[in-house]
Amino acid sequence: MSEAATAFSLQRGLAAWREEMDAPVASFFSSCVHCGMCAQACPFFVETGDPKYTPIHKLEPLRLLWEQEYTIAGWIKTKLGLSKEITDEMLAEWEPLLYDSCSMCGRCSMVCPVGNDIQYMIRKAREGMVASGHAPEGLIAASVRAVETGSPMGLQWKTLEVQIKHVEQATGLEVPIDKQGADYLVLLSSMEIINFPEYLEAITKIFDHAGVSWTLSQDCFEATNAGIQIGNKDVAALLTNRVVDAAVKLGVKNVISPECGHAYTAIRWEGPNNIGRSYPFKVFHIIEVLEQLRADGRIKTEGKETDRLSMHDPCNLARKSGVIQQQRNLMDLVAENFVDLKEHGKYQWCCGAGGGVSSNERAEDLKMAAFKRKKAQIEEVEPERMVTMCATCRTQLEEGLEEFNMDIPVIGLTEIIAEHLVDKE
Amino acid sequence: MIDPMEFLLWTKGPMFQIAIAVFGLGILARLFEIFALGRRHNYSQARGGELVPGLKTVYKRFNPDPGTFARSPFDVIVGIIWHIGFIVVLLLFIPHVELIQTTFGIAWPSLPNPLVDAITAVTLVGLVAALIHRLTQPVKRFLSTREDYVIWAVTFLPVLTGYLAYHRLINPYPLALGIHILAAEVFLIVLPFTKLTHIFTAFVARWYNGANFGRKGVQS
Repeated sequence: MSEAATAFSLQRGLAAWREEMDAPVASFFSSCVHCGMCAQACPFFVETGDPKYTPIHKLEPLRLLWEQEYTIAGWIKTKLGLSKEITDEMLAEWEPLLYDSCSMCGRCSMVCPVGNDIQYMIRKAREGMVASGHAPEGLIAASVRAVETGSPMGLQWKTLEVQIKHVEQATGLEVPIDKQGADYLVLLSSMEIINFPEYLEAITKIFDHAGVSWTLSQDCFEATNAGIQIGNKDVAALLTNRVVDAAVKLGVKNVISPECGHAYTAIRWEGPNNIGRSYPFKVFHIIEVLEQLRADGRIKTEGKETDRLSMHDPCNLARKSGVIQQQRNLMDLVAENFVDLKEHGKYQWCCGAGGGVSSNERAEDLKMAAFKRKKAQIEEVEPERMVTMCATCRTQLEEGLEEFNMDIPVIGLTEIIAEHLVDKE
Repeated sequence: MIDPMEFLLWTKGPMFQIAIAVFGLGILARLFEIFALGRRHNYSQARGGELVPGLKTVYKRFNPDPGTFARSPFDVIVGIIWHIGFIVVLLLFIPHVELIQTTFGIAWPSLPNPLVDAITAVTLVGLVAALIHRLTQPVKRFLSTREDYVIWAVTFLPVLTGYLAYHRLINPYPLALGIHILAAEVFLIVLPFTKLTHIFTAFVARWYNGANFGRKGVQS
């Protein structure tokens, strides 16, 4: 990566953008009438009130390239010297707009009256930002660690191994490792391993309870893809291939993304396109697997949570992947006093930490500002606890609620299910 | 001074031909610019279709979700009013229907003049309100470029001149009508090279949006 770093240049950035140009992008830029409604859908604008955080504005440099090189009128304008030149200074100015103030939550894409899928373009725009050397330090460091150690947080297998030992001691169950031909390969996220070891214990119990054949892989335990967050196809392909190689080596039929929205969209939707081929296995988020087990009658629970619970839908899982009803069915199984936030499911509001914002130290203040939208939503329904199914969202909710002195614990859905399992005979 | 009648004949004759040609070829070129870029093959396993969700999104963006409506009521209400007003006046005013019939050979029923007159007035008020909003609302003001104001004027003028001509507020009448026709021709000529193309491309954009979300099982 270090020798590549010296090769970053404006020219390479523009070349990366040219590769990303497609018919949808051209139709989106052709259609924007500057109505500004996307701003009202963006937590970064809504909570700061600064017009520069208007989603479509974050794409201005990419739009300029499109206009100059992909439209006849723009081409003539450029020849006449009437076009604004795209410069390194401009990209430096846009770096915080494309990274610090965008979690790629995709809410703007849901409300644009002309139909622009703005999030789709932000993802593309980041490719050029990396190639031109305008990506945030925090994300570069995470990508380097991911490539070098297998984990964006630099976590090693031996750390996970210690945790596995703890889980095995606590549950008296075996955590299967490198089990050839298992039905499911379970991936984890480093954030989860560090912050929420309860998750591994929970799935160990649930899978034992339901008789699911599963395994971890020593070759690849990390589900997240820093290459996708930062916007670098080569890194993304390399990290995706690690998952694919591990799954193929063990001959598993399915791969499970952990409680992490990003990891799910990364493996489920982008991964095959990173490597340019379909997978020989299926990909599920853990919530999809649990819901299937519930529907098949393989999860027997007893008792229900009685306090007032509400839920945060991770953007990547709900709006960007269509997993919306599953978590609600699972909540019904274990909670008798569940209340949805007003705008939820595909119209939910982002916690503010996704899309690499949480790995970008510089974005800390903006991340907390954006959280205020979530906070307002939580205040509306006054739950006693919040439930979610994404380690990044959960960390952000915990930090945010703490920051505003709100005494509302946050728990993972998988954990609650595990707590209510009927003991085996 | 040019003769008003000659001016009218020029707007109805050669200028009209030019405007229609620039508009037609321009739009074709713009659509070609878009579709020629194509889309990469998607290797991920789809959860849903693209065609139907895409078409549903084309419709759904006329009818925003309640949260969006609550946060942008002005844009939604005023936007819908003047867009519909503009389209109704353009397509259902008796002389316009007749012009379309003589030009393209297709015809449809028209609305009574007093009704079209009232809708025109509402459209003009809506457009002025939209301009004021653009000049005062912080996000709109921040985003707006010279082009946004130019296309506002280009859209406003055909409606205004039509209204003035109908009420005989410019004399002589051939001059009034000529000015109106010229304003409409300017609109047609400018359309393919500005954001006015959204009249066509917004449907393409909406479809792609719906298709992107649709294959992931979400109706956008």
